[in-house]
Amino acid sequence: MTIYQNEQLTLAEMRTGQTGTVAEILRGHGLTRRLDALGIRPGKKVTKLSSTLFRGPVILRVNNTQVAVGFGMARKIIVKVDTYLPEAS
Amino acid sequence: MRILLVGNPNVGKSALFSRLTGTHIIASNYPGTTVEFTKGYLKLGEERAEIIDVPGNYTLEPTSKAEEVAVEMLKEGNLAINVVDATNLERNLNLTLQLLERQIPVIVALNMWDDTRHRGIDINVAKLEELLGVPVVPTAGITGQGVSELVRRLPEAKVPKNVRTYSDSDERWTRVGDIVSQVQSLSHRHHHWYENLEDFSSHRVGGVIIALLVLSATFWFVRFVGEGIIGYVADPLFEGLWTPPLMRLSLALGPGSFWHDILIGRLIGGGIDYSQSFGLLSTGLYIPLAAVLPYIFSFYLVLGILEDVGYLPRLAVLMDTIMHRLGLHGYAIIPTILGFGCNVPGIMATRILESRKQRFIAATLISIGVPCAALQAMIIGLVGEQGVEYIAMVYGSLFISWVIIGLILNRIVKGFNPELLVEIPPYRFPPWRAIGEKLWLRVSGFIKEALPIVLGAVLMVNVLYTLGVFNAIADIAAPILTGLWGLPKETIAPLVIGFLRKDAAMGLLVPLALTAKQLVISSTVLAMFFPCVATFVVLARELGARDLLKAVGIMIAAALMMGGLQNLVL
Repeated sequence: MTIYQNEQLTLAEMRTGQTGTVAEILRGHGLTRRLDALGIRPGKKVTKLSSTLFRGPVILRVNNTQVAVGFGMARKIIVKVDTYLPEAS
Repeated sequence: MRILLVGNPNVGKSALFSRLTGTHIIASNYPGTTVEFTKGYLKLGEERAEIIDVPGNYTLEPTSKAEEVAVEMLKEGNLAINVVDATNLERNLNLTLQLLERQIPVIVALNMWDDTRHRGIDINVAKLEELLGVPVVPTAGITGQGVSELVRRLPEAKVPKNVRTYSDSDERWTRVGDIVSQVQSLSHRHHHWYENLEDFSSHRVGGVIIALLVLSATFWFVRFVGEGIIGYVADPLFEGLWTPPLMRLSLALGPGSFWHDILIGRLIGGGIDYSQSFGLLSTGLYIPLAAVLPYIFSFYLVLGILEDVGYLPRLAVLMDTIMHRLGLHGYAIIPTILGFGCNVPGIMATRILESRKQRFIAATLISIGVPCAALQAMIIGLVGEQGVEYIAMVYGSLFISWVIIGLILNRIVKGFNPELLVEIPPYRFPPWRAIGEKLWLRVSGFIKEALPIVLGAVLMVNVLYTLGVFNAIADIAAPILTGLWGLPKETIAPLVIGFLRKDAAMGLLVPLALTAKQLVISSTVLAMFFPCVATFVVLARELGARDLLKAVGIMIAAALMMGGLQNLVL
């Protein structure tokens, strides 16, 4: 048995390979709309695939698509990360 | 009848378009804008229908200027073929539902169908058709599978009965999720070798390695193919087929006569020297067709492949950090690369950038630091004779100017600096047919646009020389030319003609017998000093009069400084 602990991180803070659910997108309507068009919206499962050196873009997978998100933008996307913890005995 | 091809970017729309239309493809600009689209024709029974490849967009609520145009175009179509990426149903259906709300008859092409199997995706087409209320046809643009079925069923396209309209995006996404869960089932998928390549090129170090490989291979290929065509095809053709009739004409006209000077130019050592004679029929034809066209061909061949394989967005990601320093973001690398072909489409493509600040910086930097393929062909040919290191000096100076001016503009231009947000499409095998058609469009476009201007420039050179105009301004410009840049005052002629065509202007440097250093300075200055007339016009249209003046002021100042610096340092 494992239990889930939901930790909220920004997309920028997540580790490569981590998966989670978008909880919230901070910042204005414009950003929300651009992300929404690409299928990134609260409730979506996303996986962080990689980050680029020197605070470059973060690449994530949503459905079958890879999307690159600028670093500043990645700090505005809050993700509830799936973490598996061994059950405390 | 006008049929629109509508869909997300990167869904194989262009490949499908080329399957549908055959050969008569025309690239046009949307009226009143510089957003480019292609159109072609399809025989539908007795009728000839026009097909328009609408620029790809994710939503009908536009987020950039280019997307606004796509939405505008929708109002003028009689029927829409909605191209849907079958491997990415959810995001694509969001656009489909928006399209259905528009009361335009729709038929869905479920494209990339051949890709679904190895990705473990199974779609119930009949069920999807029922849920959407419009015909759905599986297609594969690259192989042409399903295309005839799509054409056969075009008349069935319709506005579905009781179209639902959605009050907001969430509601529409919910419906999309509902449809997807009913029609799609996923199973175990095999990992393909090119998916490993995708992972590697998204990796923080792997990406850099791949970029270096791709860029150096690109440069090598463009030069190898360009030089090869010049050496083995263009030069022999001119020497063997064109020189004899031209020499007969020369005899008939008599060297030194007015028409001889205009048509054939000066004879060098009793014969025609295509790079120096400067007549309409000698140098006027040789520069665009033999010196430049081979490079245009090889450049656009590589560019077309890079575009359609899906590499460019990866380069955008990699360049993002650097481009941010210049007030841009990574996506600005795409207009920049286009600018290496010709500045005009490069500057037009700055429309994909979101803010005015970005568009101004990107357009200015392209016209200063990015030499077009025609100019580069002449630089490689002319400066290269002195040694590769001199070519490197020209490119190095342009690159340094590009970086420094970008850094400065980022500080002083007011405005908003948005962030990169771009889909990274999977690597795809190049759709050769679509690439070939695009290459043909670009190469024939070059011949149509460049040839008359080069001829005009050569004519003007002869007229201005005869009238003694160059001599008059040469004395006025001498302090800058000779004093600052260390060039002979005769270089005024190429600088003036550079406003018409920079390749023709480079040709004018040949008879001046410049030293290697002077060649480096004059090529650099020619590249930076002032845009050619075509670039000037498109800059004016994209930036408006005020920003155009600013951009031109920056160019002149930068060229003055860089040329002076080179004169001191080299």
